[in-house]
Amino acid sequence: MKSAIILFPGLNRERDMATALRRASGHEPAMVWHTESEIPAADVIVVPGGFSYGDYLRCGAIAARSPIMADLVRKAAAGVTVLGVCNGFQILTEAGLLPGALMRNAGLKFVCREVRLQVERADTRFTSRYAKGEVFRTPVAHGDGNYFADPETLARIEGEGQVLLRYADGTNCNGSVNDIAGVLNPAGNVLGMMPHPENMIDPLQGGTDGFRLFQSLFAGDAEKAA
Amino acid sequence: MIPNEIAITPELVADHGLKPEEYQKILDLIGREPSITELGIFSAMWNEHCSYKSSKKWLKTLPISGPRVIQGPGENAGVVDIGDGQAVVFKMESHNHPSYIEPYQGAATGVGGILRDVFTMGARPIAAMNALRFGDPEHPKTRHLVSGVVAGIGGYGNSFGVPTVGGEVNFHRRYNGNILVNAFAAGIAETDKIFYSKAEGVGLPVVYLGAKTGRDGVGGATMASAEFDEKIEEKRPTVQVGDPFTEKCLLEACLELMASGAVIAIQDMGAAGLTCSAVEMGAKGDLGIRLDLDRVPCREEAMTAYEMMLSESQERMLMVLDPAKEDVARAIFDKWGLDFAVVGETTDDLRFLILRHGETVADLPIKELGDEAPEYDRPWIEPARPAPLAENDIPQADIAEALMTLIGSPDLSSRRWVWEQYDHLILGNTVQRPGGDAAVVRVDEGKPKGLAFAADVTPRYCLADPFEGGKQAVAEVWRNLTCTGAEPLAITDNLNFGNPEKPEIMGQFVRAVQGIGEACKALDFPVVSGNVSLYNETHGEAIMPTPAIAGVGLVPDVTKTARAAFSGNDEAILLAGAPADWGGHLGQSLYLREVHGREDGSAPHVDLTAERRTGDFIRALVRDGKLTAVHDCSDGGLAVTLAEMAMASGIGAKIETPPVDPVCAFFGEDQGRYVVTLPESAVAGVMAAAKDAGVALLRIGTTGGDALELGAAGPLKVASLAARHEAWFPAYMRAVQ
Repeated sequence: MKSAIILFPGLNRERDMATALRRASGHEPAMVWHTESEIPAADVIVVPGGFSYGDYLRCGAIAARSPIMADLVRKAAAGVTVLGVCNGFQILTEAGLLPGALMRNAGLKFVCREVRLQVERADTRFTSRYAKGEVFRTPVAHGDGNYFADPETLARIEGEGQVLLRYADGTNCNGSVNDIAGVLNPAGNVLGMMPHPENMIDPLQGGTDGFRLFQSLFAGDAEKAA
Repeated sequence: MIPNEIAITPELVADHGLKPEEYQKILDLIGREPSITELGIFSAMWNEHCSYKSSKKWLKTLPISGPRVIQGPGENAGVVDIGDGQAVVFKMESHNHPSYIEPYQGAATGVGGILRDVFTMGARPIAAMNALRFGDPEHPKTRHLVSGVVAGIGGYGNSFGVPTVGGEVNFHRRYNGNILVNAFAAGIAETDKIFYSKAEGVGLPVVYLGAKTGRDGVGGATMASAEFDEKIEEKRPTVQVGDPFTEKCLLEACLELMASGAVIAIQDMGAAGLTCSAVEMGAKGDLGIRLDLDRVPCREEAMTAYEMMLSESQERMLMVLDPAKEDVARAIFDKWGLDFAVVGETTDDLRFLILRHGETVADLPIKELGDEAPEYDRPWIEPARPAPLAENDIPQADIAEALMTLIGSPDLSSRRWVWEQYDHLILGNTVQRPGGDAAVVRVDEGKPKGLAFAADVTPRYCLADPFEGGKQAVAEVWRNLTCTGAEPLAITDNLNFGNPEKPEIMGQFVRAVQGIGEACKALDFPVVSGNVSLYNETHGEAIMPTPAIAGVGLVPDVTKTARAAFSGNDEAILLAGAPADWGGHLGQSLYLREVHGREDGSAPHVDLTAERRTGDFIRALVRDGKLTAVHDCSDGGLAVTLAEMAMASGIGAKIETPPVDPVCAFFGEDQGRYVVTLPESAVAGVMAAAKDAGVALLRIGTTGGDALELGAAGPLKVASLAARHEAWFPAYMRAVQ
């Protein structure tokens, strides 16, 4: 299965992401520059983390209006799997692909540490290799990860099962409402999450808990058929 | 606007930090009165920060070569061979004065500057560290400075995308008016693709790259070479403003540019910006440089030649371009949204010629600007050393209570509050995270080779005895690298001292450099880059002598490194490198300072022969997989070492009653010691090997349980130790909000 990584100036975790995608899929992901108008055919499209345009305006706001985004929105609507991590999550919310917004961390500081994530659903293309209710370790590294949605939206996404990942065991490091760490779009093919599963894929990184998320992405037709 | 023809008065000369005799030297050199732009250029090139005029004589005595050294001091950064056609490129540099004036931007641009030094040479940065010294925690400015500096380092490094993996934070009242912010960066390059600043070829385009030039930082390097007084707040405009987004783009653009073959020489614009970079490129290549300032991209209007030549706007580079590749080069910079402007050319007349609005505003001999800088053999006196403690002077305290005090003290408490604000995981290669002896970073994803990084200095030892303190700083870095199993390769030194015009301060500098040199020679641990920061004084009071040392070690296989955490119950605990009575040097110890409020006694002696013998022995054991945990003894002595090993693992230990006064054994800061653990079954064999190697190795206890028991002292729950250890920093910083 093929994957693609969207690149905006100022993103900086694209190499970490490429490693995770390559290890899980066996293929090198295509790197797509933001000025392109079309993303090459891919089963999985990822917007990685970093500081697009320095985050000098609202995080992700400028990137969300880049030329490549029109095609990303089109492909998301067509059902292609889209994952946004950290700044990528912020960009996807700014682009209107996901509900809610990411605000400054409640503690007002950048925070890099390990958190624990509870998997709310295992019946998604992002979490098929986890069990429902399972808690796994993943690092975070962000200054603006405080997820917020108005009460109506919150009730809707909670009711529709769009909250996929939650900070568990008191590890909500940024003040996110309902401990939300990752949300799906209504169709379930777009996931945005603040933590970095791509930095927990190797025993040398302290664990492999994050790798199953990438294995889930490429679980493929064989698994679906089984 | 200052006209270029303004008359040069003695006041103007003094305002540029030049002494009357230095100005006379300028007159002799050019045979006429300089223009104001020329005066600015001389002040930029001849200030202490750029010319090393007080320190050069002594820096020349340091060992700078070795079988793996590709490039020693004198370039943007040092370069050391790490095998497989790869090299590590690294340097540490101070940004002390700007960080005191404007902590966020001062620290941020310190990080930006050191990263540029590394990628200017063609290396992609893989790790950063920093060594920070703040004033007394109770001083009214300290919280604000800690908060701003840490946020600034994080703000720049996190956005740029380099993991900040280690460093030090200390507090002492002697830094109340003059904090130290020393930033380190390391990158990886291919040994045959390293880029230098030496220009080659006449008539080639000189190209300006990166961000636009503004008025920020004008006179910064001169400011950094002066003492502070109450007017310091007025100097805020001399602090530059960092833009990590542009730097990240500049990194990617420069690496693409270098790969394209367009670069003949390249130099980042750091201190004194356009002036230093252009003179350096020309003087090193025996070429003149002609610059037309009308072509320099500016972000402010009506900038004068003087301002443009002295601007320290960040994220800029200067390069000599292969003209055949100009289109390719320009396209790369267009892609990254950065400026690319041909601003001059190399010439064969050895002149540094500056044009503005079609007029010559400076015309100076380029070699002399660098080579003829004043060089001083400043008078110095042997620093006074405090008397050693009397033999019976062993102030008593409850061992358990004293340990709790120490691990919760400002200098020994957990630095988690600091390093959690730094992205220490980006790039996915961080194998040992902050908080251990040294950080370990994998070089390439999927390959076993790694590098270890550590930064150390103990300023209170340096104040008591600069020579032993200099030795100790190098030895401790070497020891920390050794703990992980790394082969120590080389160091970068960041020498922070007071006013060198005072013989006692110069004496501290001279003796510390001699100590560093002696340790480097004994440990085959050369200096490959560095930086000198003098005039760290406020109202005439100097900082403690602080020669910060950062070292790099090579780890052949990152899966075979050791960590400080105990790894299991019922394992033997051994003390390596110690005398038969475990230790006992209480002079200048943190125990004396934190428990008894005393800062006296002599600094501990470093026996470099024993240091090397013990370290080589420990490293071999780590690489053979014989040890289950390794940690060196440093600040706070054996008790703190054991507590750190326990806290990192949650596993307790029972330590035997020492053969001497337990205060000496547990809190003495004797050098060259390691605590190691290993399975009971392996003890006899390792003991025998130690005996053969002539290394002291003592059985001192056993791991296990949930408490640390030090001899006859009351047991301390590891959880209580950890709670105390973690408490100080966040509680202290919360008081600011």
